[in-house]
Amino acid sequence: MWGIEDPGIVACYALCIAASVLCVVYGFINWNRGDVLVKKEDVDWAKEEKEEIEDAL
Amino acid sequence: MDLLTIIVVIIYLMLVGYLGYQGYRRTKTASDYLVAGRSVHPVVMALSYGATFISTSAIVGFGGVAANFGLGLLWLTFFNIFVGVFIAFVFLGEPIRRMGHHLDAHTFPELMAKRFDSKFIQIFCALVIFLFMPLYAMAVIVGGAEFIVSIFHIPYDAGLYIFALIVAAYVIAGGLKGVMFTDALQGAIMLVGMLILVACTYYTLGGFTAAHQALTDMSDLVPKGLTAIGHQGWTSMPKFGWASPGDAPAAAAQYNLWWIMVSTIVLGVGIGVLAQPQLVVRFMTVKSRKSLNRAVVVGGVFILAMTGVAFVVGSLSNAYFHRNEVIPCQLVNEQALLDPGADGAGRLTPVALEASAETKARAKAFVSYRLPGETEENALRYVLKTPGMVIRRGENGGLDQIEPHLISIARSITVGTTMKGNTDTIVPIFVGSAMPKWFGIIFLMSLLSAAMSTLSSQFHTMGTAVGRDIFEQITHRHSRHSVLITRLGILVGLIAAITMGKLVRGNIIALATALFFGLCASSFLPMLLGGLFWKRMTRVGAISSILVGFLGSTFWSVFINAKTAGGLGFCMALTGKATLIPSWASPTWAVVDPLIVSLPISLLVAVIVSLCTKPLTASHVKYCYGGIKSE
Repeated sequence: MWGIEDPGIVACYALCIAASVLCVVYGFINWNRGDVLVKKEDVDWAKEEKEEIEDAL
Repeated sequence: MDLLTIIVVIIYLMLVGYLGYQGYRRTKTASDYLVAGRSVHPVVMALSYGATFISTSAIVGFGGVAANFGLGLLWLTFFNIFVGVFIAFVFLGEPIRRMGHHLDAHTFPELMAKRFDSKFIQIFCALVIFLFMPLYAMAVIVGGAEFIVSIFHIPYDAGLYIFALIVAAYVIAGGLKGVMFTDALQGAIMLVGMLILVACTYYTLGGFTAAHQALTDMSDLVPKGLTAIGHQGWTSMPKFGWASPGDAPAAAAQYNLWWIMVSTIVLGVGIGVLAQPQLVVRFMTVKSRKSLNRAVVVGGVFILAMTGVAFVVGSLSNAYFHRNEVIPCQLVNEQALLDPGADGAGRLTPVALEASAETKARAKAFVSYRLPGETEENALRYVLKTPGMVIRRGENGGLDQIEPHLISIARSITVGTTMKGNTDTIVPIFVGSAMPKWFGIIFLMSLLSAAMSTLSSQFHTMGTAVGRDIFEQITHRHSRHSVLITRLGILVGLIAAITMGKLVRGNIIALATALFFGLCASSFLPMLLGGLFWKRMTRVGAISSILVGFLGSTFWSVFINAKTAGGLGFCMALTGKATLIPSWASPTWAVVDPLIVSLPISLLVAVIVSLCTKPLTASHVKYCYGGIKSE
């Protein structure tokens, strides 16, 4: 199949594409799910991260 | 460098500079998004994760390994997508983000230390990162350097230093800021470059099925050294089996390739990605699970287009080099001699006219040529001379033509490598030969982009390991000194990576990457998974698993695995034996990756010790999971 003799290789070629398709389908199904309010701890975390990176520079 | 090259480079740099500047002005860093309560665009998030994940190591290093071992490497692409994107984004991303923000952890060692309330964990993890991540950084730098060497045809050391200078300038000038937009831009350029590459490769070889068929038909050309370890052709998996104790060396070796491919490359790298400290931190910079869900779409496609293309193109390069390659050039010498050194296995160097008869006798025959437009003496290129080679002299002052009819690994043998070939140069040579020159330059730029984004996050992780995780923990303060120590850490890591890159050229990229990924998985993965999902995991359980994983992995690399033990040489020096495998054990153990043994043991130790030791206080555990629970 596809010029490839070993079914193991055909399988992994197909699985690579299937895994990508799984990612696409999963992402689209859950496109609008999982939104959360940004809490104070998230903002504090981001501020500290920003300061630390700027310090490092 | 000709005019076209200069124009392409200038246009490219102006475009990237302009877009990068525009993006930087408007979107700034991932942290800015969070501070403002907005969400990073999912495409930007996924491309930036991808650009951090994928580098010259995956494309040049593992692409070259695929040229040697074949399409079986696509199993790694499957793991990269399924484990590295799907499992990581869907199952690990959100808990890491919530726990990281809740515990105010900014590095991987800090996250684990706060979860298990242990300063030892923080310092030990940071030490492992600082000591071993230069190995991975070296792999990325060598990948970039090999490409520069191939495209501009300069000596390897010069390519390494030039690339190191670019990296240093980028890191110092602000690459550490982790500007997601520029990372995403680099990711987008890589995506376009790889898609053009795979389309052109299939087109050149006559289409999807015809290209594979051509490769299948070449299975009788696999070198003897590879068939001896189980290579059955580039479109077949290697021979699978497990040697019995006492088997003759030749019989025992026939399963080696399967174990190298599956245990070291596919599982070592495929699973190891889950415990990569710099990727763990990436998850903390997203706003919510929604961002991760959306990023899965681009991530899955991106990784397929990166490693999938690299491995397919790497394998198909055999068919191209053997059937299609024609080098239009100016022939210089049809019998140029390269000397492999006194033992016949050293680095090949051109033989001077006045060389001794002994040197000339052991030298190997190559054809030397120049490409059109290259006139300097140092622009000489070499290709191995074989009976199948066809040479056509140009008529009426036209260009000469060489048809080498070689497989990829034989095509990679040239000045500076050994007669074994150098897989790290195959993808650069293929792109330089099969693609138009302008594409080679664009591709080089996209590879450099890939390397930059990976390297900047690697050096950031190394720097914070020393500054934040070690220095601040020992001195109990955050000060200007810790900033200085972070910078010093980056500098030391950079110098270590470049020094190693200079010392160990040849077939090193994939090995170094796999070693680091395997070490991270064995040492960190049980603790990370337990920390996120198992409340009963104790501090002693976590420390035991990290120590057992690290020591087990190191012991296996130094004393058991034939490739690493042989390369390091400690086993031979201390015990007088190549590996410590006893005669009653299967010789196949010598090619089994450390990960296969040390990760299960580390997992088991984490569980058993946790169940036997005092749990962390209920209030501490409640506090740690507060962030995750509050959803």
